[in-house]
Amino acid sequence: MGCPYFPHTEEDLKQMLERAGAVSLKDLFSDVPEEFMFKGEFNLPDAMSEMEVLEKFRQLDALDKKLTVFCGVGAYDHYAPAVIQYLLSRSEFQTAYTPYQAEISQGTLRYIFEFQSMVCSLTGMDCANASMYDGATAAAEAMMMSVAASRRRHRILLSSTLLPQVLAVVRTYADYHGMEVSIIGQEGGQTSSASLAQELASGDVAGVLVPGINRFGIIEDLSGFADAVHAGGALLAVYSDPSSLAVIRTPGEWGADIACGDAQTLGMPLSFGGPYAGFLACRKEYMRKLPGRIVGATRDAQGRRAFVLTLQAREQHIRREKATSNICSNQSLMALYATVYMSLMGDEGLKKVNDLSYAGAHYLHDRLIATGCFEDVFDKPFLKEFVLKTDVPADQLQRALAEEGFFAPLQTEEGYVSFCVTEKRSREEIDRLLAVIRTVI
Amino acid sequence: MKYYDKLIFDLSRPGRSGYSLPENPWGVTADALPEDLRRKTPAGLPQVSEPDVVRHYTNLSQMNFGVDTGFYPLGSCTMKYNPKINEQVASMPGFSALHPLQPEWTVQGALKLYYDLSKALSTLTGMSDFSLNQFAGAHGELAGLMIMRQYHRLRGDSGRTKVIVPDSAHGTNPASAAVCGLSVVQVRSLEDGTIDVGALKGLLDDSVAGIMMTNPNTLGLFETHVREIADLVHGCGGLLYYDGANMNALLGQVRPGDMGFDIMHLNLHKTFSTPHGGGGPGSGPVGVTSALAHCLPYPRVVRKNDGKYALLTDKDSCGRISGFMGNFGVLLKAYAYILMLGKQNVKNVGPYAVLAANYIKESLKDCYKLPIKGLCKHEFVFDGLAEDNGVTTLDVAKRLLDYGFHAPTVYFPLLFHQSMMIEPTETESKETLDAFIGVMRKIAEEAKSDPEMLRSAPHNTPVGRPDETSAATHPVLKYSDMQ
Amino acid sequence: MSKTIEGLYYSQSHEWVKVEGNTAFVGITDYAQSALGSVVYVDMPQEDDHVDAEMEFGAVESVKAASDLVSPVSGTVVEVNSGLEDSPSLLNEKPYETWIIKVEMSDPSQLDNLMDAKAYSEYCESL
Repeated sequence: MGCPYFPHTEEDLKQMLERAGAVSLKDLFSDVPEEFMFKGEFNLPDAMSEMEVLEKFRQLDALDKKLTVFCGVGAYDHYAPAVIQYLLSRSEFQTAYTPYQAEISQGTLRYIFEFQSMVCSLTGMDCANASMYDGATAAAEAMMMSVAASRRRHRILLSSTLLPQVLAVVRTYADYHGMEVSIIGQEGGQTSSASLAQELASGDVAGVLVPGINRFGIIEDLSGFADAVHAGGALLAVYSDPSSLAVIRTPGEWGADIACGDAQTLGMPLSFGGPYAGFLACRKEYMRKLPGRIVGATRDAQGRRAFVLTLQAREQHIRREKATSNICSNQSLMALYATVYMSLMGDEGLKKVNDLSYAGAHYLHDRLIATGCFEDVFDKPFLKEFVLKTDVPADQLQRALAEEGFFAPLQTEEGYVSFCVTEKRSREEIDRLLAVIRTVI
Repeated sequence: MKYYDKLIFDLSRPGRSGYSLPENPWGVTADALPEDLRRKTPAGLPQVSEPDVVRHYTNLSQMNFGVDTGFYPLGSCTMKYNPKINEQVASMPGFSALHPLQPEWTVQGALKLYYDLSKALSTLTGMSDFSLNQFAGAHGELAGLMIMRQYHRLRGDSGRTKVIVPDSAHGTNPASAAVCGLSVVQVRSLEDGTIDVGALKGLLDDSVAGIMMTNPNTLGLFETHVREIADLVHGCGGLLYYDGANMNALLGQVRPGDMGFDIMHLNLHKTFSTPHGGGGPGSGPVGVTSALAHCLPYPRVVRKNDGKYALLTDKDSCGRISGFMGNFGVLLKAYAYILMLGKQNVKNVGPYAVLAANYIKESLKDCYKLPIKGLCKHEFVFDGLAEDNGVTTLDVAKRLLDYGFHAPTVYFPLLFHQSMMIEPTETESKETLDAFIGVMRKIAEEAKSDPEMLRSAPHNTPVGRPDETSAATHPVLKYSDMQ
Repeated sequence: MSKTIEGLYYSQSHEWVKVEGNTAFVGITDYAQSALGSVVYVDMPQEDDHVDAEMEFGAVESVKAASDLVSPVSGTVVEVNSGLEDSPSLLNEKPYETWIIKVEMSDPSQLDNLMDAKAYSEYCESL
């Protein structure tokens, strides 16, 4: 079968080869030592038609079980307005390169500027970058940034209440980047301020990372954290769920220096873990330590409003081994996703998303307690996610629910079960979930 | 392209909204949370209607250039056509609704896709195993270097702290090495742009973790001494890293695994046709030889004896590099592309890409300075105009925009002062290449007849050259800073 | 050809030093500013920081380039030029009137390792 992506006719090939000074395509590889030329057969199927490719993916899709999601732990099933996918599929956005040529990239540059502006609004920070790969890598970059800002310090403190995958990724980066990690203990389901104070007291701390909402779903009370961290000469970074920041206290309001997290909660499909988009924002003092792409506003020679990639001297293509980070892209299209989402929602819509999630989660929580088989672990305020203790084996519960079309619960390392309810879950769905749970317990 | 002046914030009016959500059946809200934990001041997101949003972003899109708009001769970026079937499979509702932490038995299709795609990449590259968890090329480089360090550490060889990088390398190479805690030692290029093997010899000792190479290199030249380099580096106990940014040149013809490389990354958004998305999401799979498979980032997908797929966390793994398992949506697209090509057509990707590059090079070498003559691979570098009229590479690049072409990669590699790196890819027709050649010749003429006009180009774009100096001196990075 | 000023000391990495007593004023040369282009930001140390001869103490950034600042002498930073925070372009406009840091030298004999105006001019021409 031919290939629809190769436009060459026989005549084209003939003329092009002639100009290139070659007789055959093989001549074009005459500089490659013969021993390296691949002479075998690739272990791949023959070319497929579109119909066959679609069928192949339908078969793959059929192997996955479609579940109604009642879990979070870093990936949340929020509703995506129809407009978003429609706008994202515009090929001028989708097939564009990084906006180095500002004159023909004003579309990309403007939505990134809007994204940065909205991230600042939600987090209470002064400046934000064009997005990072995901929340976990944004957290790692936040810590590298605090080490760079401190100039001489190498220790970072990570709260034990951070999501496990965020902790794991930051630890990986730390391991190779030469950052020494200490873990801040927890007390009553939230980051322990006593443990923080103790770790700070042993000195050399460049950055401290704590969650805004932690892996138990608890909204952390960070009173006094910023003062303590600053007194220890370090920077405070708060890992936040941006959707929640419409209602809960922001990193800026807690006095943090850096805000990071995953923009997935802004309506992005679960998509088996990606693509999402990390965000990273900071106070003005640390602007030039902020890694990644940053878009700034300026004018052209005629005085028209124009946008450009700016502060590029921080970046790898100029600084090479002295760059603040090796990142040279962003999750641009997903930043557009988040930007369109935030535009449609506004403060009011985002507040309603949180209200519905809060109410649904508390409804499920209270009904589960009422079964008599679940009990609270911590008596702390939560938004849409919570953990409970139960004698019912978690895997048995998860299996039974999956058989009936639900995904819940996830188990924490302590053996608690974690549930999550977003605005997408109706009362009927929650009642059906409860009905299945009652048959198991 | 037209000029459209607005930002979404300019359209905002109090009381307007663009969302639609069900009524709250419970009668409780997040206002029940303790005052201390609640946001004090409103975020101030825009207040716009749905039609406002649709028209605004449609207008923004019309100020953008993409592969679907026109030709992108962008060196080392492989801006090939992005097939639309890729988008269709990636938007299948089943895949997009999968939670990344679902039990393995409920996601066998997704795991099979990881497995099958990694096997397809293995056969195409000659590497034994792949991790698909990296989000981008630079992320792949970082993971690859972590694997390199982990491999040495596991053998108790912790003194290997240096990585050798050619002076022609992509800027990410030294940056990734630094993030990974390795110090960078530069090896110089010969006049013809290939690695100076003699100079390399002098750098090799037991403090070297490995070398990062791009082959063909950033000048589009095949490093013919790669076997000798591999033997030398392996001989001193180091490993060879293959930067896959230029893999399109070789796809279907030459495999990094056969050239002696131990670790490599691919850019699915380059070689495997997934869209660049204005800077991402991309994907940077990392492949290794079987001796290094245990060091790959976790989790990895394995196939069990019963034919089921499972996630593996190897105790020797270099670590977790992504929150979940990378940009799954991008992997779907790349796999669709490989299936569409099949085992025969994939052999033509490299040759057609190389043919297009040589065709342009030979068609323009009389009016642009060609520092390195002879056969190139998928890209080549001009060092500015042949005739010096004070017109720079930047001027040529900007003038191209006026004629509806994207600019080449400019001022890279750093080996020349007026670098213009051109990569046409295999999906451009001869007519498109001829049109580009025609415009490049015309610009060379204009450089003689009207250099002033070139120095102020572009003239037909939505905005002219922006004032980058003021943007960087007094940064305005958000809407509220504009007031 | 780039300008030099008699009476200053020059380093191979294109910094100049003006000496008053035991105090060294450090800036970048005309050659350096012209090679960099429009300076948009100067990354400077803090007062009381220690700098070492031949070690970097900051960086100068233009739109498309960045260059490390290397201290020609060792000592303690007694003042940084805060005027550069708002007007980094002073380095382009008046390179020899715009010092970046003022250093209390710990070893003035290090000045002997630097070039005079004539030697520096010849050095620049050889590049």
